[in-house]
Amino acid sequence: MNNLRKYKVLYLISLPGIIFFIVFKYLPLAGSVMAFQNYNIFKGFSGSPWVGLDQFRRMFTYPEFLRIFENTVLIGLYDMVFAFPIPIIFALLLNEVRKAVYKRILQTVVYLPHFLSWIIIGGIMIGILSPTTGIINQILNSFGFDPIYFLGEESYIRSILVGTGIWKDSGWGTIIYLAALASVNPELYEAAKIDGANRWKQTLSITIPTILPTITIMFLLHIGNFLDFGFERVFVFINSLNESHGDILDTYIYRVGLIDQQYSYTTAIGLFKSVVGLLLVMIGNTLSKKASGEGLY
Amino acid sequence: MKNKGRIFDVINYIFLTLVGCMMVFPILHVLAKSFSSTQAINAGKVTLFPIDWTVMNYQVILGDGSIWRAFMVSILITVVGTLINLIFTASLAYPLSRQEYSIRKVILILILVTMIFQAPLIPNYMVIKNLQLIDSLWVLIIPSAISAYNLFIMRSFFTALPSELIDSASIDGAGELRTIWSIILPLSKPVMATMGLFYAVSHWNSYSSALYYINDRALYPLQLRLREIVLSNDLGQAGSLLENVNEVSPAGVQMAVIIVSVIPIIIVYPFLQKYFIKGMLIGSIKS
Repeated sequence: MNNLRKYKVLYLISLPGIIFFIVFKYLPLAGSVMAFQNYNIFKGFSGSPWVGLDQFRRMFTYPEFLRIFENTVLIGLYDMVFAFPIPIIFALLLNEVRKAVYKRILQTVVYLPHFLSWIIIGGIMIGILSPTTGIINQILNSFGFDPIYFLGEESYIRSILVGTGIWKDSGWGTIIYLAALASVNPELYEAAKIDGANRWKQTLSITIPTILPTITIMFLLHIGNFLDFGFERVFVFINSLNESHGDILDTYIYRVGLIDQQYSYTTAIGLFKSVVGLLLVMIGNTLSKKASGEGLY
Repeated sequence: MKNKGRIFDVINYIFLTLVGCMMVFPILHVLAKSFSSTQAINAGKVTLFPIDWTVMNYQVILGDGSIWRAFMVSILITVVGTLINLIFTASLAYPLSRQEYSIRKVILILILVTMIFQAPLIPNYMVIKNLQLIDSLWVLIIPSAISAYNLFIMRSFFTALPSELIDSASIDGAGELRTIWSIILPLSKPVMATMGLFYAVSHWNSYSSALYYINDRALYPLQLRLREIVLSNDLGQAGSLLENVNEVSPAGVQMAVIIVSVIPIIIVYPFLQKYFIKGMLIGSIKS
């Protein structure tokens, strides 16, 4: 009580923030119980009938849901295989650049796309990939190939989604690895040089081990967002022609939930997504702790 | 062996330069198209430099009232929203950095939980609907007042400030508020600038919350209006803009409107770059 009186200013100024988290984070979390109901807007939470796990059962019997779940998993997997390692490789290469001015210019340039919105990136890509005016098709054309309608065919959408993500964020992703690289003790390199190790060997035996903890942590964070590919990104690129391969859980939840007002069903999907994310983080964390002693918690 | 290293360096420089070009090339391509004539664009002549220089595309945009209005909405949201972001985030981050704040641990865990486990879209929608925020510009400001990630970065910055500063201020008889105002805040400029930039960019770029919660077209922020214009080709939602003008190509106008909406970011980017790298480092080392 004494503490409360003495530091009342601290408690007082923290109040708006605490209220924010209660209202906009915990209230919706509590509202997620509608996943176990057959929610009716007119009856509200208390009047709507409880249906147990029916909504979840419904999920797994819908072929449409299964197709979208497959899309989400595949796109997440491609993103992990292709997009995750690129910032690490970039950072290692950038780290080898000795000319400070050149390095700074390069960093400024590769960070820039991170600050563009998905709508803008969508617009840029549509401009580049357009079958009539896009530069890629003009190049194809000059070599005598037929134009390809990249955004109108389902076979390209996943590559486009993963590729634009690489363009937007891989430069930005290097920041954290460059910070880790900056903490390497230069004496280690000196010692390695004396032992006759070349740069490749130094990288393998000094640089990579030092940034491994950072890589592990970034990987764990990435795993937690495995099913969370990002609504804004996908919604820009999908259309009726490519949606069979591009639609993910988030866009499905928006369409079926908010537009078609299937509230309980899509809340169940959303909860399922969050639970899977949590489980993946927990499994990943346990495994990495066993393997290397590194973990998020 | 020395030779080998030299070869690697050359290849590395060439490779990284190519990567750098890949990052700017699409933006330059868009810029070039936005200043080119319809015929040149349609004939596929435009690559990195404008062909048949024209400002017609920009005239179309500037003549469209709905784009102006959307631009103003976005500026308003970004300025007011960022201010509220900084006030809300700092006023919670600072107490969380102080040992004397006894409920520190509980609050930190509760916030961490919201980062790992997020409520689905519909329950969020219900809360916002019950608060009667639908079709109000506040919906783009209040529900995103604090980002947990930014909060942690700010907290670790405050934690790193030497506690002697606060002690000596209290010995000199300064109250908490006075300490915050005249000691903590002036020292926090770098972290405030970084967080301000992050928040401002996310306000400027976000469109999903407007898509979910705003139906009134008069309140559309720029990104949502942009979406109609840019994606009109593919989704068949031709904006009112393009129907009236026959002699201008949709592609040129689309590219021009992209450039217009990127300008604010290009303007603030160089000024704040030195700050955000510092800020990212604070965040990465501590959390």
